[in-house]
Amino acid sequence: MLTLEIDGKPVEVEDGATVMDAANKLGIYIPHFCYHKKLSIAANCRMCLVEVERAPKPLPACATPATNGMKVRTHSRKAITAQKGVMEFLLINHPLDCPICDQGGECQLQDLAVGYGQSAHRFAEAKRVVADKDLGPLIDTFMTRCINCTRCVRFLAEIGGFQELGQAFRGEHAEILPFLGQTVHSEISGNVIDLCPVGALTSKPFLYRARTWELTRRRSISPHDAWGSNLIVQSKHDTVKRVLPLEFEAINECWLSDRDRFAYEGLNASDRLTRPMVKTDGRWVEVAWQTALEVAANRLASVAEENGDDALAFLAHPMSTVEELYLLKALGAAFGAAVDTRIRQRDARADLARGKVAWLNGSITEIVESDGHWFLGADVRRELPLMAVRLRAAAKAGARIVRWDDSDDDWRIPGVDPHKLTAPAMLVALVHFAKHLGVTLPDWAVGLVQQPSPLSAAEFDALSAALRGAQKRRIWLGRPLRAHPNAAEFEWLAEAIAGALGAKLGWLVDGANAVGAAVVGAQATQTAHQLASAGKAGYLLVNLEPEDFAAPDAVADSFARARTVVALTPYASESLKAAADVLLPIAPFTETSGTLVNIEGRLQSFTAVVRPREMTRPGWKVLAALTAMRTGRSVAYTASDAVRDAALPQGWRTQLAQHGLTAIAPAPTLHASAIPAFDRVTLYQGDMIVRRSASLQATDDAKAERGATIPSEEAAA
Amino acid sequence: MSTLKLGQMILKDCDESRWRLADYEARGGYQVLRRILTENWSQERVIEEVKTSALRGRGGAGFPTGLKWSFMPRQFPGEKYVVCNSDEGEPGTFKDRDILRYNPHSVIEGMIIAGYAMGASCGYNYIHGEIFEVYERFEEALEEARRAGYLGENILGSGFHFELYAHHGYGAYICGEETALLESIEGKKGQPRFKPPFPASYGLYGKPTTINNTETFASVPFLLAMGGEQFLHLGKPNNGGMKIFSVSGHVNRPGNYEIPMGTPFSELLELAGGVRGGRKLKAVIPGGSSAPVVPGDVMMECTMDYDSIAQAGSMLGSGAVIVMDETTCMVKALERLSYFYYEESCGQCTPCREGTGWLYRIVHRIEHGQGRVEDLELLESATSNIMGRTICALGDAASMPVQSFIKHFRDEFLYHIEHKRCLVPPEVQWAGSDIYVEA
Amino acid sequence: MLSPEALARIDREIAKYPAGQKQSAVMAALRIAQEEKGWLSEETIAFVADYLEMPPVAVYEVATFYNMYDLAPVGKYKLTVCTNLPCALSGGYHAAEHLKERLGIDFNETTPDGLFTLKEGECMGACGDAPVLLVNNHRMCCRMTRERLDALLETLKRQATENTQ
Ligand SMILES: Cc1cc2nc3c(=O)[nH]c(=O)nc-3n(C[C@H](O)[C@H](O)[C@H](O)COP(=O)(O)O)c2cc1C
Ligand code: SF4
Ligand code: FES
Repeated sequence: MLTLEIDGKPVEVEDGATVMDAANKLGIYIPHFCYHKKLSIAANCRMCLVEVERAPKPLPACATPATNGMKVRTHSRKAITAQKGVMEFLLINHPLDCPICDQGGECQLQDLAVGYGQSAHRFAEAKRVVADKDLGPLIDTFMTRCINCTRCVRFLAEIGGFQELGQAFRGEHAEILPFLGQTVHSEISGNVIDLCPVGALTSKPFLYRARTWELTRRRSISPHDAWGSNLIVQSKHDTVKRVLPLEFEAINECWLSDRDRFAYEGLNASDRLTRPMVKTDGRWVEVAWQTALEVAANRLASVAEENGDDALAFLAHPMSTVEELYLLKALGAAFGAAVDTRIRQRDARADLARGKVAWLNGSITEIVESDGHWFLGADVRRELPLMAVRLRAAAKAGARIVRWDDSDDDWRIPGVDPHKLTAPAMLVALVHFAKHLGVTLPDWAVGLVQQPSPLSAAEFDALSAALRGAQKRRIWLGRPLRAHPNAAEFEWLAEAIAGALGAKLGWLVDGANAVGAAVVGAQATQTAHQLASAGKAGYLLVNLEPEDFAAPDAVADSFARARTVVALTPYASESLKAAADVLLPIAPFTETSGTLVNIEGRLQSFTAVVRPREMTRPGWKVLAALTAMRTGRSVAYTASDAVRDAALPQGWRTQLAQHGLTAIAPAPTLHASAIPAFDRVTLYQGDMIVRRSASLQATDDAKAERGATIPSEEAAA
Repeated sequence: MSTLKLGQMILKDCDESRWRLADYEARGGYQVLRRILTENWSQERVIEEVKTSALRGRGGAGFPTGLKWSFMPRQFPGEKYVVCNSDEGEPGTFKDRDILRYNPHSVIEGMIIAGYAMGASCGYNYIHGEIFEVYERFEEALEEARRAGYLGENILGSGFHFELYAHHGYGAYICGEETALLESIEGKKGQPRFKPPFPASYGLYGKPTTINNTETFASVPFLLAMGGEQFLHLGKPNNGGMKIFSVSGHVNRPGNYEIPMGTPFSELLELAGGVRGGRKLKAVIPGGSSAPVVPGDVMMECTMDYDSIAQAGSMLGSGAVIVMDETTCMVKALERLSYFYYEESCGQCTPCREGTGWLYRIVHRIEHGQGRVEDLELLESATSNIMGRTICALGDAASMPVQSFIKHFRDEFLYHIEHKRCLVPPEVQWAGSDIYVEA
Repeated sequence: MLSPEALARIDREIAKYPAGQKQSAVMAALRIAQEEKGWLSEETIAFVADYLEMPPVAVYEVATFYNMYDLAPVGKYKLTVCTNLPCALSGGYHAAEHLKERLGIDFNETTPDGLFTLKEGECMGACGDAPVLLVNNHRMCCRMTRERLDALLETLKRQATENTQ
């Protein structure tokens, strides 16, 4: 520990801390542009110059190591003169276009110029003009405003894992740019918009949509993956205009994935369902809520009565809230319907045999503490973009990371050791590895172990040495693996190997509330995918479209054959209109309150950000009303909090699994030839909101993914 | 054609035809290395000798070399590096080129000894891109040294191991700054690093590294051969040894003069044949373009060593002496220098990136008859906002000429601003600087 | 993209640096590529990036930082004249003016026959030999009087016609 004094106040900091760290600890603000606590130190803007006793020159606080007994003055004449001098240099070539700049009102340069700028302009030369760059559909550029702080360059290289931007040329001609003819492809690229201290990099979807001071800000939770990123949702006149990260160190730090940042455009899509509709004689008619509810309840009831026990399946997207799913469970019980959310899982055996709930099996922050990682059938950057960020930090700290999967996708994590294996090859390799480690193989594995091993004994030794060399070892089961028809066999082998290696299993679950869904018991003996394709006589869908399922065509077909399909949905897509006969408009996450349990089992509740559109109602209220109609007993919830408390009684966390499954019954002998390939994970097709974000859909990633047609953003929103 | 006019130590008895290993050995080359290895000198002993000699860095800053070597964590396990700075790009400086082309083995021997003294087993010599032929020759010299067993595994059977490679620049003055040079070797833009950490603790590839100028390394075998004490006595106290002065500009015999530290400037000027055409000496930049300019009469009183030049308000720097006669327009001269720093700023830190262009434009304006009365004050204030506020010393290097030119030749600048033209008639100005090649 | 000889030369450069530090060879690799291709196109830079396993934009940063790389085609002979102060005091400007006049072009221009490109250079560390110029980056010509400048142009022109025959 070191003790120093800043502006006369004593402070203690760790060895290796900088003057900036010490000032931050004291809450003393030192002006800066290039410094960012999550990025490497560049010390290039020179705005943070401070006076240090006995130093002949002012020193940059961001880069100067704190030393014992140091005396720093941040507001002395010497410091202020230096800071003003730097500000003048920053402004001489900066266009003074604040009135039309999107950064206006939240610009660090603007804010500081007020305090440090010179009123009289001594610069009589022509200002530099820098050509704008094409950074793709998400980021707009006004490069003349750039102050060359290189935050964006450092972010993409250090946090994004691949240097997609550079500072080319030198001196006054220095420019921030991507490589010739390229744009930015990072799945977390939008963060450079927040990082840019001026208006050089701005949000393309938000461009000129509103001035920042007109916006209302509310906290929310992202429903687009299981990470549980905290959001600031900004709106104007009940329309969401922008989404920003809410800093939450233990989850999303100060970042957001592009999916979480730009999906909001989908909330304003032109095919929003705003009134209940019923299909009669093949034609859609708008009806009153009461009528719609009655029609829905009656149609489901008649299917239940006429088609017997197994006739109904109530399926929900795993982005649905704890409240929605708990009440869906109740509704399912009332109708004798199977309830499930595992829309992309083809194998229910693993969850059944394990009994306990699949989750990260630890906290998000533990990922960086773990120094040995083995990924099985995962696609981290697409599944959980911010997990990839944590892994980059782990890799930097020296963690070993091994991946087995069938994708060529570069994870942009330095030092990752990839092994490309198809699903059957991976299963065979796992069987051999288990045997290599002395695991007694079950009968079903006999056919597999007769196949030649795709990896040699030496490779197995290297892998076990890498993991055994680590203090904290993790084996991660990715979404493609968990979605595979042989997920149970994969998990059994992974658990057996984890046991032999002293590693802990972790599940990369699919869906913002996948953990919550399992905890409230929204799980049947078959997965939602299986139920959806099973040709049931009646379906009730919550936040789902056929495109959400692993095999959309088969599912659409199954829905078409059903006697009734009731959909609770914020959107009336063509596919849903074809599949359903009752459409009930329910609120997306920004228009209602609810709770999501993220991948690390953290319960996060949020409230509405804007008012529900027209006749849209919160999903949980609609589900409660349907239950009441069926049972004849009114449901006694007045607020979603009460539903949550009922859904998650004390001690619910004991349901979270510590181990993988240890027996699969009954299992026939497997042959590699009968094992299908892994499904692909998509970045921008995972839920109905994301699919409607025009900007996300314009990215190269989305274009490359098979997907639904996207209605454009509502005109004049 | 040779710029070597007088060689008394490093450049003694060598030229275009005598640069090879055999020639160097004939001059006693590699004897010191042999002695150190066979007599098993301690690292401390080598460093002590260098300290005694008062050898100061010949690259510009004049930092005591022995002291710098003692900063290396010699016992630190793992790789350490010795790096030679041959990126000679400071306008007016052309001595390292002659050392490398006429006596490359002196640099190689100096670097091997440095590696031995500091526990490093690998070195790089970063050679200015514009002298590519010299780079190629240096590679040949390295090959000779390897074949003769001076480089590589188990040098001269001593068990000491040292490898040395050449790396070339490709047109960036800033790479002469030691940390920019390291970045450049690492395959990046040559943008200087913030110090601390200093290269001795975090240098090339993050490993302890010592960087010295070509002439500094080349001096080492000679000072060890004669002993630190004697080397010191060649020059003046605190200014030991011989120094090569690159004399350019308005003299009759431009070239490199290797003379004792402390030699009067007047003698050096005389060696260089005096001012061309018998004209009057107006000003001298005594240490490369970054050093403050000194009026001719003041300069005539100086001796050529760090301390005397510092007293005259300038710096000995790299020992590049730029001589300007009475036909020189000081505004035009400054304009060209300011353009250089504007062109060569790496673009990393704000005051230098934005400031060098501003300085150049103002001086350019004055030179072209568009100066304003407030411009001189503006230049003074802008330079003081650059100096001491930048990551590396290029900011200072760009500012010192501006400040010193204005300080000593204010009248000339004011004349330009007031009369929209130069004190020195243009015909004379150009005549004095026309193509000059001594017979 | 690059000839096997060029790749072999790049490999020799890579071998100068510690394992895992291939990137250190980027300056040499770009120089070798430029020698072979005449200038550095987007395609060449991308190739070097791939060969050294670097992000393309990082190679582009290097290619644009150092003056001697050409990011656009240049004439068969690129002449770079130093006009920095020490040289200018001994004819650097005059030599450049002479070349401009003889070639009928200004700095950063190429003669219509594609033979010569003229560039203004910064200090080459050869001020004592002023006027100095570089031919195609690597060949330094010293003490260039007007007669020697004319002779150089003649020689290069002759060389060019001999090469094409
Ligand atoms: C802008 C700038 C350019 C420099 N150029 C050179 C150079 O060309 N050659 C050189 O040896 N040192 C140069 N230096 C000084 C080096 O940073 C460093 O001090 C020197 O190489 C150390 O060697 P020495 O102690 O032997 O002089 C330069 C410094 C700066 C700030
Ligand atoms: S674009 Fe923004 S973040 Fe990037 S360097 Fe310029 S000012 Fe900084
Ligand atoms: S914040 Fe310290 S130099 Fe930019």
